[in-house]
Amino acid sequence: MKKSIHVACVGNPNCGKTTLFNALTGSRLKVANWPGVTVEKIEGKTEYEGMELTLVDTPGIYSLTCYTIEEKVTRSCVMDDDIDVIINIVDASSLERNLYLTLQLLELGKPVVLALNMMDIVKERGWEIDMHRLPEMLGDIPVVPVSAAKRTGLDILLHAVVHHYEEGMDQLVLTYPEEIEDKIAKLEVMMQAHYPAHSSVRWHAVKLLEDDEEVREEHPIQTANIVERSYEKEIIQCKYSYIEKIVHEVVFHKNKKAASTDKADRLLTHEWLGIPAFLLIMCFVFFLTFFVGDFLKGYFEIGLSWFSDQIMNVLTAMHVADWMKSLVVDGIIAGVGGILTFIPNIFILFLALAILEDSGYMARVAYVMDSVMGRVGLSGKAFLPMILGFGCTVPAIMATRALETEHDRRKTMLITPFMSCSARLPIYVLFSGMFFGRYAGLAAFSMYLIGMVIAIITALIVNRLEKGRKNDSLLIELPEYKRPNPRTIRIYVWNKLKDYLSKAGTTIFIASIIIWFILNFGMHGMVEDASESFGAGVGRLLVPVLAPAGLGMWQIAVALISGISAKEVVVTSFSVLFGVTNASSAAGMETIIANVRAVNPSFGALNAFCMMLFCLLYVPCIATVATIKKESGSWKFTAGMIAFQIGLAWLVSTAVYQAGSLFL
Amino acid sequence: MKDTFISEKKGHMTLFEAHKGGEYTIRGLYVEEAVTRRLQALGLNEGTTVTVLNRKRQGALIIQVRGTRLALGRHLSSNIEVKEKEQGVCQ
Repeated sequence: MKKSIHVACVGNPNCGKTTLFNALTGSRLKVANWPGVTVEKIEGKTEYEGMELTLVDTPGIYSLTCYTIEEKVTRSCVMDDDIDVIINIVDASSLERNLYLTLQLLELGKPVVLALNMMDIVKERGWEIDMHRLPEMLGDIPVVPVSAAKRTGLDILLHAVVHHYEEGMDQLVLTYPEEIEDKIAKLEVMMQAHYPAHSSVRWHAVKLLEDDEEVREEHPIQTANIVERSYEKEIIQCKYSYIEKIVHEVVFHKNKKAASTDKADRLLTHEWLGIPAFLLIMCFVFFLTFFVGDFLKGYFEIGLSWFSDQIMNVLTAMHVADWMKSLVVDGIIAGVGGILTFIPNIFILFLALAILEDSGYMARVAYVMDSVMGRVGLSGKAFLPMILGFGCTVPAIMATRALETEHDRRKTMLITPFMSCSARLPIYVLFSGMFFGRYAGLAAFSMYLIGMVIAIITALIVNRLEKGRKNDSLLIELPEYKRPNPRTIRIYVWNKLKDYLSKAGTTIFIASIIIWFILNFGMHGMVEDASESFGAGVGRLLVPVLAPAGLGMWQIAVALISGISAKEVVVTSFSVLFGVTNASSAAGMETIIANVRAVNPSFGALNAFCMMLFCLLYVPCIATVATIKKESGSWKFTAGMIAFQIGLAWLVSTAVYQAGSLFL
Repeated sequence: MKDTFISEKKGHMTLFEAHKGGEYTIRGLYVEEAVTRRLQALGLNEGTTVTVLNRKRQGALIIQVRGTRLALGRHLSSNIEVKEKEQGVCQ
């Protein structure tokens, strides 16, 4: 007996796989109440009764076919000889659909343990499930009721996994009509002759009858006289009619309560009210982010300036060299600390997104926005990555995997960066705070709207170029609404904050030092006046280019270039450039305004607005560029996109500045 | 891939013409092969009963099938042939 086994967690999208995986392994992976969250397999470890279990979380799938990226990943994972046991997580509240995958997994011949999740919804609805009959009808595999969210039944599940692995299984659950069974038997004999070591012969035979391309190519055998056509339709229907039988015998509907989901959907997916409801929800999210967030930010600022003063005192007391003091206070604390004061805004934004995702509303947005997206030739599903883009562009680009075609993916990748990510938020808060006074919140919010409008116009133009290619093949499952799970929300928000903090500790930390260096050193060593520094030299080259957009200052050029490492660095550079420890405090802002005006006396609200526009539109950050390259697999596409973003940023901000100058 | 979309044929009812709240039986799927397979895996086969929970005029709709809700775009809804479920429906 080996002391360690590999276990794959497999199930439909949104059945609670990742929540269960997190509960079993103590991992903190992201989960959300809509399909397509896990896109790659992920491993974690746990121990039970001296047995080491390596658990593998897989993307959610409806079927063991291989038409989508998720299906391919999951299928190759469960087919792997390393996997000893499969935990099939099943949403008990929609047994009928979930069992289809179960029947396919059983055909593989590997030990399967069924984890019945979401039993609380079943109870809430007043249903009952016959726990004796269900395993009987599934070939006596262990069936364990669990609650991934409340973490109950987990020990029993692990016990079943370990025990079942030792027992093994070999029982036929589903037999097809004679014609098909005959063919399966013939194919099995041929398979065994050709590939004696093969473990899932029956499954392969069935897949050959379904005319599965991958199986045919991987294990080629002469099937011409047996498989003269695809039997897929019959095989699927046969499985579903067996499932209907199971559900009929196993599920008891004692009293049918009108599901609360249907009530909520009457408003939220209403033909006319759906879109206003969505916009209202998003407005509320941004209101919380800007207004409540700014209120909390005040306390962070007080803390930061206190900290900075203390450090300055300590360094002075230690008689540290001036350049070192400058590096620590003007470089690092100004750069990194300035970013940290935005934590309240970012925390609230992610909290709101987490609640929206976990409640089950996200999938509805795809339906609600389908008609709008249809006009620009995309399915409503393409809107989901765009919303994620408000958080961070990198996972949003990855989420385009849920889209069906490569064409749709690229088109969505093209427009997703125009959704203002959380890194752009500090820039908006800073510049609107400095130049828009009472209307700061409005000016910042307008960036979000402009980003969305530009995304839609871009998609519209692409659609025109493609001569109105139609795409309205939306297909998405709408989960039940549920009360957001505090644990899930905590993991989600904490992960995002951790990313933000670690970015502040790494990318931004290094960028601060580099910026400090290029601004404080010139051809002849350390310089007193930053305008003689290396940075100024490089920045000046770009001044003529940026001048038509109202951004003709070398300092801005330096800030924009450094902002490519991460967008927050634009704020960092401003702090370092204008020698402010705390850019977002009132005093800090005044110093920046005074220093900016010293360079360019006419710099006002219009220039600030163009600055924000430029930051909204140009290359989001180096991490996004890398992700786009990885996901599109094309340097040409990636380079084209960078050129497009920079060109568009320049065009739009120039147009706005020139038009604005006429009126103001 | 050549597809004869049923919306081009006359005299067949599709989900596109279905009413909110109505129950229908699927008679055939006439979409691209890959999409057909996905729909079948989700449990939409010939003879399956679906209930229309919500719909928009331009054709996107939410159906209940096998205990779950699916949102379908117009392209799909107008290429799934259905008939009204026989249940006191005069015809």
